[in-house]
Amino acid sequence: MRVTTEPVAPAVRAPGGEPPPVAPPPRQRLHRRIRSTQWAGLAFLAPLLAYLLIFYAFPLYRNLELSVHDYTVRAFVLGNAEFTGFANYRDVLTSDTFGLALRNTLLFTFVSIAAQYAIGLALAVFFRANFRLSGVLRAMFLVPWLLPLIVSGSTWAWMLAGDNGIVNAALEAFGIGQINWLTDPDWALTSVITANIWLGIPFNLVILHAGLQNIPDELYEAAALDGANAWQQFWRVTFPLLRPVSAITLLLGLVYTLKVVDVIWIMTTGGPGNVSTTLAVWSYREAFGTGQPDFSPAATVGNLLILMALAFGFVYLQLQRRQHADQEGEQP
Amino acid sequence: MTLRTARPAPGRRTRWKTALGVFLTALMLFPVYWMFNVSLTRTEDMRADPPHWFPWNPTFEGYGDVLRDQLPALGTSLGIGLGCVALTLLISAPAGFALAKLLRRGRGAVSFVLLVAQMIPSVVMAIGFYAVYVRLGWINSVWGLIVADSTIAVPFAVMVLAAFMSGIPSELMQAARIDGAGTWRTFVWVVLPLGRNAVLTVSLFSFLWAWSDFIFASTLDRNGDAVPITLGIYAYIGNNTTEWNSIMATAVVASVPAAVLLVVAQRFVAGGVTAGAVKD
Repeated sequence: MRVTTEPVAPAVRAPGGEPPPVAPPPRQRLHRRIRSTQWAGLAFLAPLLAYLLIFYAFPLYRNLELSVHDYTVRAFVLGNAEFTGFANYRDVLTSDTFGLALRNTLLFTFVSIAAQYAIGLALAVFFRANFRLSGVLRAMFLVPWLLPLIVSGSTWAWMLAGDNGIVNAALEAFGIGQINWLTDPDWALTSVITANIWLGIPFNLVILHAGLQNIPDELYEAAALDGANAWQQFWRVTFPLLRPVSAITLLLGLVYTLKVVDVIWIMTTGGPGNVSTTLAVWSYREAFGTGQPDFSPAATVGNLLILMALAFGFVYLQLQRRQHADQEGEQP
Repeated sequence: MTLRTARPAPGRRTRWKTALGVFLTALMLFPVYWMFNVSLTRTEDMRADPPHWFPWNPTFEGYGDVLRDQLPALGTSLGIGLGCVALTLLISAPAGFALAKLLRRGRGAVSFVLLVAQMIPSVVMAIGFYAVYVRLGWINSVWGLIVADSTIAVPFAVMVLAAFMSGIPSELMQAARIDGAGTWRTFVWVVLPLGRNAVLTVSLFSFLWAWSDFIFASTLDRNGDAVPITLGIYAYIGNNTTEWNSIMATAVVASVPAAVLLVVAQRFVAGGVTAGAVKD
């Protein structure tokens, strides 16, 4: 940022009515002033920088280090593990679990966010109109998002329980026989995806609803005058104008969903077998899920997950930058 | 009067919308109702087929178990939540101020780092923290858990606070400066009071996230003397799979902060969700 070309006026005005002749030339004063706020800024930023270094960078470094060593539990405490280079990465990438976990991760992530977005958008449009209780009801929709994941996860687990879960009882009324949602290999992944969609709807609803507020009513009125029905209004006005907000919602959803562990772990622990194991769950299980912690592969899988998240994050940044450029371009 | 008639009078024409809205909300909140229902079901009715849709013969056994077993865990969670709020504010309020008002250079870089920080999976952080804590002897300590939980909130908090503080007119700060206040006093007496809504939003979220955390608790504090309520529930699930009324009663109690938050601070919640996503 070019500091010297910023508007000079307010900053140079001599505080306390100092006589102008004594004051140094404006430009020099401004420089000093800016340098001093820059130093103050760094001082105020220092706790955060220290925090990020100690509690983000260092654990991440340790993680990286774990992934290129062969850490046994003993070596983990003593810190004398053997350096193995990329052997862990090779092992992980060639293991049978990897393909399945990758497939599950992609399925879990994309099906979840697609459904969350579609349902969230439909609800946002529904709640755009003011009707009696609309505010209260919209607030109630936030509840699933605010509950601790262990609460919602265990509630879903009990609802989907094979013998006497409420879901099976309801299906039985329609003549559908018992389905072991959480223990049947054909259904476990579907079950955790369903619960996760439920969890993500509020987030999508809130953001998309906020986005809808920024679309001026006049556009709808104009469209109505032109004879567009509700369906056409949605596809010609709402959807195109909501695109920037949609993009951000989807990308944030992507990044959040990639790293989900709790819901899956609480409901199925990734099983039966590995049928509902995602990369994040796999990493968690290797490190903490069994009696035998295996930190090196766990860290390796985790690092691969970071790479995926960063790739999506990069798309997000590009998108945000382009939006900024668009906005600035619009101004005269 | 034409203006009046342009919009349908709220009431008659929107009644079906209210009805549909109530129906959809009920559908959405069914799992929450079910949790509540199961928490009041007697153990002998738990395996009834079909399950009881309403708690006709409510029992408070489950809640009795909560009082007996889980009070310390609730206290621990409260302490961790409050500690996490304090730590988060201590770090992020000055940083938000620096980003919004003081720094001329390096803003973009810091924002970028914060964005990346939010993308790191918590499993990875948990493994990293575990590796660090083993050496420090911080495993199974409440302090270690507070620090770990704060990493969920700090990047978000800095971004929300910076976004809010950049809306504070610079003239106010200059006025304070002319009155002789240094940067620190300007921050404490001008910026923080003006930014109290953002501070409140950030506090609410960091409390709720710390309260709800399962991953860090289950990795860094699983054998601790003082475990948070999320682990209390998890241990219940592992131990007595027959007594789901106790599990669900604990779940209901663990949901209380979320409910309070929604009633007391609804607009901050919605504001916080949006601020995290669509900054500026």
